[in-house]
This record gives sequence, C-alpha cells and structure tokens, in this order.
Amino acid sequence: MTTTSRWRALTHHHLFWPVAVLVVLLLVNVPFTPDFFSIKMTDGHLYGSLVSIVLFGSPLILVAVGMTLVIATGGIDLSVGAVVAITGALACSYISDQADQSALAGVLLAMGLGLLAAVVCGLWNGFLVARMGIQPIIATLIIMVAGRGVAQLITDGQIITINSEPYKLIGGGYWLTLPFSIFVVAVVVAVTVVLTRRTALGLLVESVGGNAEASRLVGIRSRRIKIMVYVFCALCAGIAGLMISSNTSAADGNNAGLWIELDAILAVVIGGTSLLGGRFSIGGTVVGALVIQTLTTTIYTIGVPTQTNLVFKAVVVIIVCLLQSPKFRAKVFSARLGAKSGAQGGGSPSAPAPAGTTAAATEAAPKMEVS
Amino acid sequence: MSATTQTPTTPASSTASKAARLLGDRRLPVLATAALFLAMYIGGLSRYQNYGFAEPQVFLNLFIDNGYLLVAAVGATFVILSGGIDLSVGSVIGFTTMFTAWLVERQGVPLVIAVVLALGVGSFGGFLMGYVIHNFEIQPFIVTLAGLFLFRGLCLVISKESISIGDASVSSLAQTRVSLGLGELSIGALLALVVLGIAFYVLHYTRFGRRVYAIGGNEQSAMLMGLPQGGTKIAVYTVSGFCSALAGLLFTLYIQSGDPLHATGMELDAIAAVVIGGTLLTGGSGYVIGTLFGVLVLGLIKSLIQFEGTLSSWWTKIATGVLLCAFILIQRAMTARKKT
Repeated sequence: MTTTSRWRALTHHHLFWPVAVLVVLLLVNVPFTPDFFSIKMTDGHLYGSLVSIVLFGSPLILVAVGMTLVIATGGIDLSVGAVVAITGALACSYISDQADQSALAGVLLAMGLGLLAAVVCGLWNGFLVARMGIQPIIATLIIMVAGRGVAQLITDGQIITINSEPYKLIGGGYWLTLPFSIFVVAVVVAVTVVLTRRTALGLLVESVGGNAEASRLVGIRSRRIKIMVYVFCALCAGIAGLMISSNTSAADGNNAGLWIELDAILAVVIGGTSLLGGRFSIGGTVVGALVIQTLTTTIYTIGVPTQTNLVFKAVVVIIVCLLQSPKFRAKVFSARLGAKSGAQGGGSPSAPAPAGTTAAATEAAPKMEVS
Repeated sequence: MSATTQTPTTPASSTASKAARLLGDRRLPVLATAALFLAMYIGGLSRYQNYGFAEPQVFLNLFIDNGYLLVAAVGATFVILSGGIDLSVGSVIGFTTMFTAWLVERQGVPLVIAVVLALGVGSFGGFLMGYVIHNFEIQPFIVTLAGLFLFRGLCLVISKESISIGDASVSSLAQTRVSLGLGELSIGALLALVVLGIAFYVLHYTRFGRRVYAIGGNEQSAMLMGLPQGGTKIAVYTVSGFCSALAGLLFTLYIQSGDPLHATGMELDAIAAVVIGGTLLTGGSGYVIGTLFGVLVLGLIKSLIQFEGTLSSWWTKIATGVLLCAFILIQRAMTARKKT
C-alpha cells in the first residue's frame, strides 16, 4: 500500500507528466544516436545534442516564461511573435545605420531601443486588458496582426543583415564554454522564480488569475499586476527577439518569431499551467519548452522525413494534452484498473474506486455532466 | 428579421419597446461596420473616380476576390458565437487545396468525387476536434492548435511542391461568370453568398442556431435548461471544418493550384472579419451578416491599397490591426453601457 501511495504522490506531482514526457523523448533518441547524451569539448566550447537543445530552445523558454505569468492571471498574449519581429527589426535597422557596426555603445543603444519598443507593446496590451477590460485574446490579437506590418515597415520589407561582433554574442556567442544565451535564460528564469516565489508577487499573480474581482476587493491592485505581467511578457519576447535576430545576424519582419506564440502557449500548457489562470509553474514551463525543442531535435535526429514533422508534432501535442486531461485519464486508466481488479476477483482497492465510479457515472449519463 | 424577434417574448407593450431598444443596441456594431464600409467606399469613389473605381464590377470583385474568406469567416462565426475559437481554419483551407489538386492531378480522381472527399475530410477533422474539446474538456484553443499543425503537416506529407491544376473542367468552372446586369460574379462568389444565406437561416430560424447562441451566452444556463450541449458543440466545430474545406475548394478554384503554404494565417483574417463584423469573442452575441461586412471591409482595404498604388502590402496588416482595435473599443464601450 505504501508503494502505491508513494507512486500516487509522485504521479500527482505537477511536474511528473511534463518531466516524464521529456525523459521519454530524450530516451527515444538513444537508439538512433547512441552518443546522444555525450558532450564534447571542442575549441573551448561545449558541443552536444543537449547543449544545442538548450541553445535553440532558449528564445522559446524566454517567451514561454513570460507567457506563463500572463496565463496565470487568466490572460493570454498572442502578440509575442510580433514583438519578437519588431524588436529584432528595430535593433538591426539601428545597427545597420551605424558607421561602426561593432561599436559597443551603438549595439547597447540598439538593444535598448528594441527592448523599449517591446515594453511599449506590453504597456499597450496591459492598458487594453486591465484598463479597458478587453478580453486578452482579442486585445493582443491587435498587435499580432498589426505588429508584423510595423516590423516590415521598419525593415522596409527587406531582410536587414548586419555584421556586428558584440550583437552576435547574445544569440550565437559563447561565454565560459557555454552558449551565452543559456546564461541569459538562466538569469531571466532565476529572477522570475525569485520574484514570484520569494516575494508575494507570485501569490498576487495567482490570486488575480483566480478571481480578479475578489482580489481587488481584498485590496490587491489587480490592474497594476495585470499591466505588469503583460509588460514582463513583452520584455521576455523582446529579449528573445534580440536573440533570434542576433543568431542569424539578420532581421526578417515577416518570419522572425513566426508561430512562437503558439509554441509558447503549448509549452506553458505542457508544463501544467492551466489556461484558466490562477496557478502557474515556471519550472513546468521550462520543461515544457524543452519538450518542444527536444521534439524538434528528435524529429531531425531519428530521421523522420522533414515534411512529416508537423504531423508528428500534432500527434505529440494531442497525446500530451490528452494525458493531462483529468477526464481522459479517469476514463482510460480507471477503466483498465477496474478491469484488472475485476479479473483478480478481489474487492477493488480503495484508490481506483472513486475514479471508476465517476467514469461509470459519466458514461451512464453523458448529457448530465456537472463539472 | 432576426432571431431575437423570433423568440417568443412577453406580449406586454412596455417590454416590447424596451426590447426594441436593446435590439437596436445589439445591431449597432453591425450598423457601424456597414457605415464604415460605406464611408470607405465613398472615400474611394471620390479619390479614385478617374481610375474606374465607380464601376459596379469593382464592388462585385470584392465578392469574387474574397469569396473563400467569406465562407471561412462564416464557419468561424459559428464557433465564435458558441464561445469557442477555431485556429485550424487556414490549415484546413491549405490542406483542401493540396488534397484536391493531388486527387485530381496525381490520382486522376473525377472532380466531383474529389470535392466530396475534401469536404468529408474537412468536416471529419472538425468533428474530431469538437469531440475532443467536449469529451475531454481540453481548451478549444489548444485542440484547434493541434489541428492547425496536423493539417499543415498533412499538406507537406502530400507534397512539398505546389501542384497546379490543369484540369479543363476546373479552369472552365473558374472562368465561368454569371452576369448580374451591372456586372458579373464568379461561381465561387455565388456559392459564398449561398453559404451566407444558409448560415443566416440556420443561425436565426432553427433550433440548432438558438442552441449555438444559448451555449455561447452562458454554457451553464444552457446546460441547466437541458440543451444538448455536447452535440451542439461538436456540431459547431463540424460546421467550421466543413466551411473551411468549402473555403479551401473555392480557394482552389480561385488560384487553380494546391500549395502547402496556401492560406497561412487565414484563421486570423477570418477571426478579424468576425470581430469587425460585431460578433463578441466571448460568444452569444452577433450576426452572420456582420461577418459579411467584416469580410467586405477587409477586402475593400486591399483594393484601396491596390488603387493607391504607392502603398506597400504591409499597410494591409497595419490597417487591419487599427480597424480591429477601433471595433474592439466600440464593442467594449457598448457592453459597458449595457451593464449600467
């Protein structure tokens, strides 16, 4: 009985399913590339599949972490992809106008400009959601649609290429043998975790997501919290935008960060944060983003034909979401457990019984579901 | 008239006038969109009168060039009225173009059978998404996102290159024009208008339509009233899948080829058209006629930019975003007034 209860405690931990999926995905690679887990040191840099998963996944992790807080307040931010494009476009077009593209001051100013634009986008989203009371999905749809147009306006419809050493560092450079972007991600994640879990901020965010009106009556300035999370999310997207444009040394208003909002929302959901808000897990989100990046890498390494990788991704998304749906688990797993205990002929153990009865009830009266 | 006048209301005359005022309120976004469309059209007339903007054919071309978007947006209207969202619209359209082109060109399947198959696959995809959304209580956003990936991926599985359709019957169908006296319409545009008419009838005069409004208005109350919530939800997504597939067929007719990248992001255009048309994204309020005006406004922006000649294509996106913003704020102001 103790092992089952421990097993239950483990499977009920909020990180169990995301981590299980990640581990399975990583293990899937081993038969195809036996040295998948090995990390080599070449030219003073670390190379290996694991390093590249984190390197290529870092913009997604950043965006997803910002998205987590927005989703925790019961919102959603569709504009992050457009913010990524705007930030990259602004920074690159500023650098390309400089006489000396490698001058540190100019690069810093360009990055500041890009991040400023991102913050303005975040303020606008926050203003629409918190002050005007517009549904987040619509409010952020505005920048999602118009933002790409603005980014193309900045780059004049061209792909701006730059040649700047300091700028290259953020997305493609190395520091202390590791890709620099890993450190950026680590700092952002650490700061977020400290701010949300060591101060009351995380609690406030969750309470706003749980019930904005109730938390306002308790005395939480829920509007201010909401504006703050949208600004934070846009800032994260801005940093990701700098990273993406720096990695390719180019700004593409049309394609930079395309669909990253969908991947980020997916990462958040895989990480176990409910889209309804009121609860969040930064760790889960990081794992979720890694799952998505591992999935992409896996598709390449196991030699799934590239044209089928979207189908593959869709199938994994469906499986992960089904596994996380309590209703699906209740229907499938309790049915199996019930059959097993019936075959043994013994009285059913107490654990699966309630789940079994609810499943039976839902099957008996599918039209009277009370949730 | 519309659904609300159809529902049996209390006969008292005082409540009737109140109801009339409320009705006027509800129609305001649609009227605003229609007025905006007129204003833009008149603006175009005065600005480009020497360039042939006044010809009726320019107006009719809006239907010819946006027929597929209208059909897709009608499907999206159903989903949004029921309080859900469907992100898979663009992918299903792309998949349908690819699937039809592949069947007709590579497999030699007769066009009629290909059309039926394509519509069947689209509807079945919608049905599956609706089934998962309802039975496993996963957010529509996530489920239809998986649908987006799945159908776009299936496009690429069929072929990575675009397939052009050389079939004689397709090109003759595409070039057929029906004369309307002042100008002419293509088969696709007529079909789109027929779909709009059917959707109007279904939403406002049938039991199913009222269920869609009821579930979008308040799911809990709808359930307590004993409405078959699950069936309606699944049906709504099936309708959306069917409309997307039909839109895909019209799009195939319009450009006569299949390409894995066709209609990328068209779900945004469809949703934007629905919102500009005055339908609340929370569901339960809106008119499918508004969607028509939303599509026309988006189409008019495109043709105005074409007539202007000097503006680049990205101004379409910016103008759409600005319009979206304006209409969302109008909606917001209206709902706020209703509460007080």
